[in-house]
Amino acid sequence: MGEKVFMQGNQAMTESAIRAGCKLFFGYPITPSSEVPEYYANVMETRPEEGVMFIQAETEVAAFNMVAGACATGHRAMTATSGPGFDLGQEAMSFMSAGDIPAVIVEVQRPGPGDGEILAAQGDYFSAVKGGGHGDYCNLVLAPYSVQEMCELMQESFDLAQKYCNPVVLLTDATLAKMRESVELPGYKEAPDPKTVPNALTGCKGREPHKMATCGDGAVQWEEFNARLQEKYARIAANEVRYKEYNMDDDPDIILVAYGSVARVCESAMKLAREEGIKVGMIRPISLWPFPDVAFEGKRGKKFLVVELSAGQMVQDVKLAVDDKRDVHFFGKLGGTTPSPKVVLGEIKKLL
Amino acid sequence: MKAIYEKPQVFTDAITTYCGGCGHGIVGKLIAELIDELDLRENGILVWPIGCSCLSDRYYNMDAFMSLHGRAPASATGIKRADPSKFVLCYQGDGDMVSEGMAEIMHAAIRSEKFTVIFINNAIYGMTGGQMAPTTLEGQYASTAPAGRKELNSGYPVHMAEIMGMMPGVCYSERVTITSPGAVAKCKNALRKGFQNQLDGKGLSFIEILSPCPTGWKMAPLKAMEWVDEVVSKEYPLGLIKDTTKEEN
Repeated sequence: MGEKVFMQGNQAMTESAIRAGCKLFFGYPITPSSEVPEYYANVMETRPEEGVMFIQAETEVAAFNMVAGACATGHRAMTATSGPGFDLGQEAMSFMSAGDIPAVIVEVQRPGPGDGEILAAQGDYFSAVKGGGHGDYCNLVLAPYSVQEMCELMQESFDLAQKYCNPVVLLTDATLAKMRESVELPGYKEAPDPKTVPNALTGCKGREPHKMATCGDGAVQWEEFNARLQEKYARIAANEVRYKEYNMDDDPDIILVAYGSVARVCESAMKLAREEGIKVGMIRPISLWPFPDVAFEGKRGKKFLVVELSAGQMVQDVKLAVDDKRDVHFFGKLGGTTPSPKVVLGEIKKLL
Repeated sequence: MKAIYEKPQVFTDAITTYCGGCGHGIVGKLIAELIDELDLRENGILVWPIGCSCLSDRYYNMDAFMSLHGRAPASATGIKRADPSKFVLCYQGDGDMVSEGMAEIMHAAIRSEKFTVIFINNAIYGMTGGQMAPTTLEGQYASTAPAGRKELNSGYPVHMAEIMGMMPGVCYSERVTITSPGAVAKCKNALRKGFQNQLDGKGLSFIEILSPCPTGWKMAPLKAMEWVDEVVSKEYPLGLIKDTTKEEN
């Protein structure tokens, strides 16, 4: 690990990406993600020895396709955006998953739909987790809940993208992005030599040519192509489920379920409830796809309170994971404000 | 016995999907010849578009990136910026470049990306079946302009080579065709110039090629060749539009 600093979420996360060997950044400014391109642009000027290349793309459409091209050469590359920009990248998300391109995308959620607001929200769960683009594909989606975890998952995203040859989405929100916390920055990591990255376009000297192609050649070939992709997604689903449990040891009656910044509020609400003698636990999904279904096994008869900054998106996956969906309750907040721990405590008490 | 003609070495044995009389195949062979002559195969990456040439990776025995519709200049940017030592060729048709991907080509030119762009202008959408392109001539029939393109509804043909010539980031822009042996030789010279500019580290090179589409135009192949010379090249005049490398020399 590196030095301990007090740093903004977006900036600490970006420093971690650079230290993970991601020297290529292509992006379009959008609140609340703009510190990421600014940070890359600054490092390109002030730390020339690190060989950082930043381009402010004309659109998110172009930025995502630049990332696709750069990652196809075996180098680490990323972009960062927020909801409306992530929308514009969806064609490329489908393309990159189909084309086995190990791209890393940071999605800093803000409230939609439409132009929306620039505060914190979690309404892009569906577009990130269910695949907002065309066809049958999956993004590996990771959701940190602190600046420290943003830094660690940022670095791990590059390893996972290259391990599975698939895009990884780091799904944060405006609160995490703008928040300053004490954080131990991760150390420098060596990115793999592009020549060792599977199917990297490095020039075909001494080997068979590599082709990055997602164009079908008849129904039989395309069914086989899809079957191979589904095997990839099955490998990810089998190996990359992540979540954290809180206060599960004394068989709590009520289990909160939350991810991202609102999970911090739920953690506080859980403590308030415990002070009043209410047995409350919490499940915090970290991988949103693959969703941690396993965390809900053997919890028949519990009451689950899913808290999201949305009208109810992750709650659908919770209902699929539990034994009886009638046990699942939801509390959501729209517009950009975050509920206080006391408000969540009030929702907990309604279930007693 | 001395061979007087050989298939370019970079070509695979795949058979192209182009229609009889199409210009893509002629340009494709010129690209292959230049890859051989300039020894680019092992250090090059070909970036192909969506359109009639979207299966072109199969014809060349070298690394290739099949981009999304219109996005080839953006993906080529990512490739060239990640690894500037590679020769990167960006090949696009009129629907791909001028309609779907106008922002991407304009901004690649604005940034003066150091790769070579070949633009096949056949004034129609070939692969999707003869719909109107931004380069379709006024009055020209297309399946989405059944009474011919009308300026009132669809505006005016787009002159890409001239637009590119206005961009400070473009070092070379020329419009050529492939309708006669002499024209093919000129086309090859233009392509060679565009390839060499990249090898010399110059800015973006742009070669627009007027190309016949007998199927889309509903013409016999010979008639389509004549139509390029007699009609299309009146709208889109052939010739050199810009060459800043000459001034430097």
